[in-house]
Amino acid sequence: MILTLVGVSKGMLNDQKQRSRGVGADIIVRPPGSAAIGLTGNFDERILPFLQKQSHVAMATGILVEPTGPLTSITGLDFAGFQKMSGDFRFLKGGPIQRPGEVVIDEYYAREHKLKPGSVLKIFNQEWRVAGVFEQGKLARIVVPLAVLQSITASTGKLSAIYVKLDDPALTDSVIAQWKSGGLADYQILSMEALLSQMSVNNIPVLKAFIGVVITLGVIVGFLVVFLSMYTAVLERTREIGILKALGASPGFILSILFRETTVLAVIGTFAGIGLSYAARWLIMTLVPGSLMQAIVPDWWPIAGAIALGGSLLGAVYPGLKAARQDAIEALAYD
Amino acid sequence: MTSAPIISVRGLRKVYRVGEVDVNALRGVDFDIQPGEFVSIIGPSGSGKSTLFHILGGLTPPTSGSVLIAGQDLLGMTDRDRTKLRQKTVGFVFQKYNLLPTLTARDNIEIARYIAGSTGPLDGEFEQMLTLLGVGSRLHHKPRALSGGEQQRIAIARALVNHPAILLADEPTGNLDTENSEAVLKLLRDLNERLGQTILMITHNPEAAAYGHRVIRMRDGHIEGQG
Repeated sequence: MILTLVGVSKGMLNDQKQRSRGVGADIIVRPPGSAAIGLTGNFDERILPFLQKQSHVAMATGILVEPTGPLTSITGLDFAGFQKMSGDFRFLKGGPIQRPGEVVIDEYYAREHKLKPGSVLKIFNQEWRVAGVFEQGKLARIVVPLAVLQSITASTGKLSAIYVKLDDPALTDSVIAQWKSGGLADYQILSMEALLSQMSVNNIPVLKAFIGVVITLGVIVGFLVVFLSMYTAVLERTREIGILKALGASPGFILSILFRETTVLAVIGTFAGIGLSYAARWLIMTLVPGSLMQAIVPDWWPIAGAIALGGSLLGAVYPGLKAARQDAIEALAYD
Repeated sequence: MTSAPIISVRGLRKVYRVGEVDVNALRGVDFDIQPGEFVSIIGPSGSGKSTLFHILGGLTPPTSGSVLIAGQDLLGMTDRDRTKLRQKTVGFVFQKYNLLPTLTARDNIEIARYIAGSTGPLDGEFEQMLTLLGVGSRLHHKPRALSGGEQQRIAIARALVNHPAILLADEPTGNLDTENSEAVLKLLRDLNERLGQTILMITHNPEAAAYGHRVIRMRDGHIEGQG
């Protein structure tokens, strides 16, 4: 459970990172006060021509992002400007948008929703025809022309972000410094490199807290499961424990048996958990690749193992002590 | 049989507390068992014979009196001392066999050795005893694959694997048919005669009791007679 949830958290970030990298920009400009991760929150698009005129700016393109569900969003692009910056969309099926009312979607979204060119999907109470399915990794899952999205979401003249490509990427930091000192101090201006490096669990307090809650829940649930399993196991083995005591087994011997058994179970459970995290990833990539992503997190394997082992051993202490102190005569009479 | 008794019981009393009521299970028991004797203890339910079995086996402490087993007084023994007594000095055979169901017959025997601190393969003498017990070819089976008679013979082997001074058998034929009962009783007598194994057997069956050298009759927590 822990490996899967942490994997989903990291997987979602990695996916966003990969898609952001796919833009091909050097700088991202976001509205004042917006979060580094996520593209909601809008600002006036008139800043775009202002940026395009700045020195060393080779090109700049704006996008608008509107959420369509808890984990999905639709992105409006200036296709010409965006493709000039990041390269053409590589269509696996169908092709680019030709007429109003069409969208293009990435392969994961198409797989999850079983869509293909010609399929119809409903977004914002409007039916859209799928024109093409493009290779994933191009910033967004559902893409429509920028003007269309601005119009249907009453966001005319608004952008969520502007991507800027410089004529010399080595000047990125100095250009950012110049802009910040030149009247754009309130804006979130980040190099793409800095943005990508911020896309880690430790740099996102909410995600860090979320994972903390997940781990805590995992420990509590794991502890209770192991505790109750061991308690039940001890009850079911009352007679066996009585036999061992009659044979001269000391409380320490019985405790050591229970602890060894618990350790073996915890180790097997850890390996099973690792295997299940692969199974969960397969399920996610098969059923909901457009909504969720899961990474395999080997750096968490020892942590998960330690949690499993620690929780199991703690859970075994009470029933173990109870079993070891059990009266042999009562235990032998147990049926 | 003129040597010092291997079991010497004097004024043994055992009082259980059941709720707020004291139950006098043993009300002053006196007897001696000589090394190499095969003694049957017979009596109806509630006569105190099982309590006596539990005390002699170190499963529960006496309330008062003196119980010397192989020179050790059980009255002042701690739990740890009684645990050691069960490892080395006494071996148990129960009515319900009490084999560990997840272990093979051989492992059931070997775990008793392991608990007593012995490791390595079974010695040749004990392997011969397994043949004598008629279970040599059944050692790789788990208890569920063995008949009642076979299970009881494995239980006897387990009780003897650490060469205890005393073998305590509590209704060893209680769950067996006539044929298997007779086989087990003959076996106990054989072990006593061939190996000089001291055996104390509790039973309510006079025919089974007759296999012993002598019979101690119990009733209402005391000894009614011997002979």
